[in-house]
Amino acid sequence: MFKRILKKPITAIFLALIFGFIAGALVLWAAGYNPFQAYAIMFKSVFSKPKYLAQILVNAAPIILTGLAVAFAYNTGLFNIGAEGQYIAGTIIAAMLGYFWKLPPFIHPLVIMVIAFLAGGLLAALAGWLKNRFGIHEVISTIMLNWVVFYINNFIANQPGVQVFGSVHSHEIRDSASLLFFSKDYLRSEAGRAFLADKPFLRDILRTALSWGIPIAILLAILYWFILKKTRLGYEMRAVGLNKDAAEFAGISVPKNVFLSMFISGGAAGLAGAVVVLSYGLYISILGAHEGYGWDGISVSLIAQANPLACIFSGILFAFLRFGGQLVQASIQAPSEIINIMIGAIVLAIAVSSLLPRLADYLARKEQSNA
Amino acid sequence: MDKSSALAIEMRGISKRFSSVQALDKVDLLVKKGTIHALLGENGAGKSTLMKILYGLYSADSGQIFLSDEQVEIKNPAQAIARNIGMVHQHFMLVENFTVAENIILGSEPHAPLGVLKQAEIEERINSFTSSYGLNVEANELIKDISLASQQRVEILKALYRGAEILILDEPTAVLTPQEATALFTTLRTLKEAGKTIIIITHKLKEIKAVADYCSILRRGKYIKTVKVDEVDEAQLAELMVGREVRLSSGKKALEAGEKILELQNISVYDKHRLAKLKNLSFDLRRSEIVAIAGIDGNGQTELIEVLTGLQNPDEGSIRLLNRDITKAKPKEIHDAGLRAIHEDRHKRGLVLDFTVSENTVLEAYPEERFSSPKLGILKAGAIRDYANSLIKRFDVRPADAADKKASNLSGGNQQKVIIAREVDADPAVLIACQPSRGLDVGAIEFVHRELLAQRASGKAILLVSFELDEVLDLADRILVIYEGEIVAELRPESTDEREIGLYMSGAKRQDEEAKVV
Repeated sequence: MFKRILKKPITAIFLALIFGFIAGALVLWAAGYNPFQAYAIMFKSVFSKPKYLAQILVNAAPIILTGLAVAFAYNTGLFNIGAEGQYIAGTIIAAMLGYFWKLPPFIHPLVIMVIAFLAGGLLAALAGWLKNRFGIHEVISTIMLNWVVFYINNFIANQPGVQVFGSVHSHEIRDSASLLFFSKDYLRSEAGRAFLADKPFLRDILRTALSWGIPIAILLAILYWFILKKTRLGYEMRAVGLNKDAAEFAGISVPKNVFLSMFISGGAAGLAGAVVVLSYGLYISILGAHEGYGWDGISVSLIAQANPLACIFSGILFAFLRFGGQLVQASIQAPSEIINIMIGAIVLAIAVSSLLPRLADYLARKEQSNA
Repeated sequence: MDKSSALAIEMRGISKRFSSVQALDKVDLLVKKGTIHALLGENGAGKSTLMKILYGLYSADSGQIFLSDEQVEIKNPAQAIARNIGMVHQHFMLVENFTVAENIILGSEPHAPLGVLKQAEIEERINSFTSSYGLNVEANELIKDISLASQQRVEILKALYRGAEILILDEPTAVLTPQEATALFTTLRTLKEAGKTIIIITHKLKEIKAVADYCSILRRGKYIKTVKVDEVDEAQLAELMVGREVRLSSGKKALEAGEKILELQNISVYDKHRLAKLKNLSFDLRRSEIVAIAGIDGNGQTELIEVLTGLQNPDEGSIRLLNRDITKAKPKEIHDAGLRAIHEDRHKRGLVLDFTVSENTVLEAYPEERFSSPKLGILKAGAIRDYANSLIKRFDVRPADAADKKASNLSGGNQQKVIIAREVDADPAVLIACQPSRGLDVGAIEFVHRELLAQRASGKAILLVSFELDEVLDLADRILVIYEGEIVAELRPESTDEREIGLYMSGAKRQDEEAKVV
């Protein structure tokens, strides 16, 4: 019975959340803040305005995608630490093609997203190829590639013609490339204002950068889940991931599947970059440090226990914690580090608890083999 | 058992439950001092569990243990060792990069202050053991450089060094040649004469007859009875173990071998140091025959399988299957050409343990139209499950609802059934079976053998790679003995015996080229 409860992933997540909140409370308390007040503010204010909920979805879209990138690779036995770099590749593509290309609305963002997907995918696939050809572990190569792309980004953002003169960022993308549900121009126009006049709810949430990003992320999560669980391709990749020796012996090509899996994985991260730039990022800047969407993807995937569908919810949860944290920070002036410690504690607790089902499996197997 | 002489071990009413499985159900075990006592049972009968309880690796749910009439509680191996119990596990627990001596003293190093080892004392103590029990080992060799039989001797020495009076050996002959097994038995008898009590866990009846004084039989977690070994024969032991009559030999019928379908010519494989792993190997395989490759583990069998299944290309030579050259073919092409293999390592090569049984049954067949749509490649989950269920039924895989269970949740015998079902159902012209009965109990072995013979009867060619000479002699039409990557003898089972094969296997003897043509 105990083992059956342990096996339920939701048990683990629930325990981890409780643990994380307790740990966060301790930190808040130690730093001299009232944890109950902080948590009350967090939940109350997040749900106080539709705008805030919309903002959480906006923030969730890219990390659902980078979470998917990590989760997909993980299901096939690969650890894609390079979602950050693949994300940057996507932002570069989006910022450049969004500014230099002139295409009709709808087509423009669509083409950009496809190319950003390819860019992220190929970058990750390069790590897959290095693994196949030279046996370089993907963790090493993707971390290195993160920095390669990071500096390529800074190089490009610094080019005359790309850079807005006197600034540290590139030109904004064209309106035609925007992923927003309604362009800012339309919302400000007569027609737009008339349209929103009697729709206060819609007017409120459209103040955020709510875009096609969130439906795209959800659709991709479903697609990735479908590929993994329901298709020949996913079957092969999972077989390779779970036991490459048996897969090889059964005639499944290990290198092909490693390459493809990395490609599919990196594609999602590249798409995340495009979604951010085409929704609210609008340009690329000279970076001083990684933006962290890729790293957050690792946490999102971890909370989701690498289930693509669960990435949707864990991405939203993660965005909720972050955003709620910011509101707490704003209202009681608790330093952001406290909030990050709390989030860290939750992720850590989930990482530990994700071992629970495996522990249960292991116990069962051990018993069986020794019986 | 007569109660007059002193008991070394008395286990009373031992029960142990693992979630849904009652591994041991009120089991009694009485072992007399200074005897060799065999513990016999099928896989899953509970014999290892019982011994692990005695050694403190598991704790019993109920029951008592007495050592020399004193009730004891053994909570962990350290306490077992302190009570002079030693155990040699099936998989040796040795540090590969340590010397023999270092391994023997590991955990109880005699040392001077500041942890400086007393080298002289160590050597002296080890030497005293090796000479008095005939356990010859080179104290300064590294474990990784010595044979499995020597490693086993190191394990025994390790236990004796810690003062073991009771020695438990788990399937001790699984890794030994017949000659090495005989040597081990001699050692065990010497130990017995020195007053040690020895328990061997085994399911090999012949060994029990050869070495044990008493034999206790367990069946599905229940104690059946204890017999005096010289009062029973092998057939009676088998029946006690399985609970029904068992055919100990396969009852193979004579068949005329058909046309050649697999031909290996002058195959050589070198490792990265240019050392030959296979040397100029040539043989062929005909329809309706079983050819056995006999040899000690590590004499080129692995390379031979890899070459035949396409995991590795031979450096020299050629392989033809049904008149097609498959020398450099990939695994998939070889499958499609009609060769399938049951790998010796079920867990590594045979199954994806974290896949369900259903998923495992289509590990090779998943691209076929009946299991996935040809264009989009969407799996037909229903068809796959139906197929798995049909195999489960046909091959009597247990539990009957295994289709949706992870392969890792099945017992070894049932895992092997899944693999055999998958490969046999693919209807290959050539079936390679490596160690198909490794780790299986008598009932499951009977099944495997019956299935191999059925394949032979239906005109398949079978290559049986096995370390078990019983199996080789029982099933094969021809026996090829492999030693250091070379075929050193070709024998007919009717005109040879274990002893002769053993001599070829150990390299002590080899046939002339002409004599090989049987």
